[in-house]
Amino acid sequence: MSERAQPLLAADGTPLKRSIERSLRRQKIEAFLLVAPLLAFVLVTFVAPIADMLFRSVENQIVAQTLPATTDALKEWNPDVSALPDEAVFAALAVDMKAAVKSKTHTRLGSRLNYEKTGVASLFRKSGRRIKKWDLAGDAPFKDKFLDLDKKWGDPQLWQLLKLYSPVYTSGYFLNAVDLKKTPDGVEPRAESEQIYILLFQRTLFMSLAITLMCLLLGYPIAFLLSHLPMRTSNLLMILVLLPFWTSLLVRTSAWKVLLQQEGVINDVLVTIGLLGDSDRLQLINNQTGTIVAMTHILLPFMILPLYSVMRTIPPSYVRAAKSLGANDVTAFAKVYFPQSVPGIGAGSILVFILAIGYYITPELVGGTTGTFISNRIAYHISSSLNWGLAAALGSILLIAVLVLYYAYDRIVGIDNVKLG
Amino acid sequence: MSAITKTFFAAAALTALTAGNAIAADMTIVSWGGAYSASQQNAYHDPYMAANPGVNIINDDSSAEAVAKLRAMAEAGNTTWDVVDVVASDAMRLCDEGLAMEIDHDSQLAAAPDGTPASKDFGDLIVSECFIPQIVYSTTFGFRSDVAEWGGKEPDDICDVFDLDTFPGKRSLEKRPINNMEWALLCSGVAKADVYDVLETEEGQAKALAKLDTIKDQTIWWSAGADTPQLLADGEVVIGSTYNGRLFALIEEQKQPVKMLWDAQVFDLDGWIIPAGLSDERKKAAMDYIYFATDTQRLADQAKYISYGPARASSAPLVGKHAALGIDMAPHMPTDPNNAKNTFLYNYSWWADYRDDLDAKFQAWLAQ
Repeated sequence: MSERAQPLLAADGTPLKRSIERSLRRQKIEAFLLVAPLLAFVLVTFVAPIADMLFRSVENQIVAQTLPATTDALKEWNPDVSALPDEAVFAALAVDMKAAVKSKTHTRLGSRLNYEKTGVASLFRKSGRRIKKWDLAGDAPFKDKFLDLDKKWGDPQLWQLLKLYSPVYTSGYFLNAVDLKKTPDGVEPRAESEQIYILLFQRTLFMSLAITLMCLLLGYPIAFLLSHLPMRTSNLLMILVLLPFWTSLLVRTSAWKVLLQQEGVINDVLVTIGLLGDSDRLQLINNQTGTIVAMTHILLPFMILPLYSVMRTIPPSYVRAAKSLGANDVTAFAKVYFPQSVPGIGAGSILVFILAIGYYITPELVGGTTGTFISNRIAYHISSSLNWGLAAALGSILLIAVLVLYYAYDRIVGIDNVKLG
Repeated sequence: MSAITKTFFAAAALTALTAGNAIAADMTIVSWGGAYSASQQNAYHDPYMAANPGVNIINDDSSAEAVAKLRAMAEAGNTTWDVVDVVASDAMRLCDEGLAMEIDHDSQLAAAPDGTPASKDFGDLIVSECFIPQIVYSTTFGFRSDVAEWGGKEPDDICDVFDLDTFPGKRSLEKRPINNMEWALLCSGVAKADVYDVLETEEGQAKALAKLDTIKDQTIWWSAGADTPQLLADGEVVIGSTYNGRLFALIEEQKQPVKMLWDAQVFDLDGWIIPAGLSDERKKAAMDYIYFATDTQRLADQAKYISYGPARASSAPLVGKHAALGIDMAPHMPTDPNNAKNTFLYNYSWWADYRDDLDAKFQAWLAQ
């Protein structure tokens, strides 16, 4: 019995348990060091920029930074008591504006606030030119001077907006991204004529699902055929699958334009063989049909490749066994073959769906007005309106939606059931 | 000569060559690409490099994303562009964002040959402290001249765009509110002088969209300037808006059966800005280029290659013939008196305020 209490020793005399722990730890460190360069690379070039971009969706330092004294003074102001803030706030604004004009940041703030209220951009630009010449010591009081400069400074809504957007962080961008808006009385829905993002999110999800389904319907038979042909023939056909993959995305999209437009190849053929009259040519592009057709074509290889590599690993003997036990072709396929190809369907579908949801160049070119995605709006806010905060909020929501769907997939189908080969 | 000395001389020559290249300073000029960049290459870059052998101009066709890219570069603290060609509204935004340098037009740009200072020569076209005007272009309509259903009639009025009875067929319009809203109001009975006052009101915006609604299902919305010429050439649309230079190329160079509808053309400006935050040396080099490229003769030269009007008043009389086609360019300029009977000037300050708001409404209307 006493021998059992003795710990087992390794060859060098240390307890075996500790020795194993040490060697395991060394293995872990080695593994970590091996992936460390890649990890650092991914962190620096991928995670950090994305985190920085997502952070912009709540960040709102510009107001407090440009107008520090004003935002401080505005804390005392209660819109319910007096319609306009008192002289102290206007005096603080004069000081802040003078400094902002000097560092030329007042117009930046104007552009920022113009996203929330039309007209602020020109108000700040115009006021800046005049305030530059003011004398802070001698020109007080400032309230009348501001009202004299532009009557917009007497608009209570402008001051409520400034107060509302004084904090360093804001939920405003996220609210805008779901067709709501921040008001002094709380969150309110936007006017119907301005609602667009919810519609676009729904459309993006719906159309991505439709594209995934189309890819599956078209890709499954192809992958089935490829995996059952002799290697030489299937390799040849595989090149045909990959060929469009190696062609520029823009070229393929433009090719679809040539094919699908009303004076295009498909309509011309249909008219020539008499299926259509010349006056009722089909509208195949610049709508949802165009987007679904072009994107299904572009994403098809992403469905076929995982399906093919999974189907290659399914032993043909199983189906033969099923048939020899009396199953007909349909039963053998449905009960034996198909369940084994499900991991490929899962992998292909996830790949196609996630790629589709973020696509923007193809919907922009062939989607017209009803076939555009939320990513087209994100691109617009990044490159054209410069409202990066809103773009970041839209992007965050899209990212969260994908993660939720991924989680749901994991719960329903199981992510272990996904195989790329 | 032994092999070793040969190698030595070759190496020395190579070193000298590389050193020579290092002296030639690179200057990155950003523009729109295509025929437009080609016209600048011919009229500005080539003569400038011939006069300054030490400068090597690199073209970057990124003007469409210039504002976003300049902002990203400024945030990263590494602005790699020296001179950027942008439309006036973008120049205004870059100036507001502190991303473009303010210019003193009189002291930093060439005076006209008769001594008129630059600010007078450019006149009202200097819409921002950071903006150096280069050309006047217009957004206007082209229509196919071979449409059978029109029975020989040709549109000559902006409202013909909205007249589906007399001029049936598809239209193409730009996928943004600017210009379209103005045209729609003009054709719903609003006087030219009142357009922006009306457009400020909810009712005015609804009115403009209601007018556009009448042709919405007959319209293809474009986002690249090359779309309308392509759609017209393919017969996909019978009438469409785009930049006048694109239509000139379609009509005169590609000889397509298309004609111009100049009525209510909207003048817009394109020009240069210098990014803020350049080193003194690069700033000096950029200003030297700008001084050269925006003088009276150079601006007139550009019109030999593309049908956009020079921004200086003093350049207009110098506009000659097209360099390759040999046709007179003056009648193809948007500013030609025959074409400019009824024009509109893009209201920069108004759109700077209303752009975000109206764009949201316009896109919501489009998506419905």
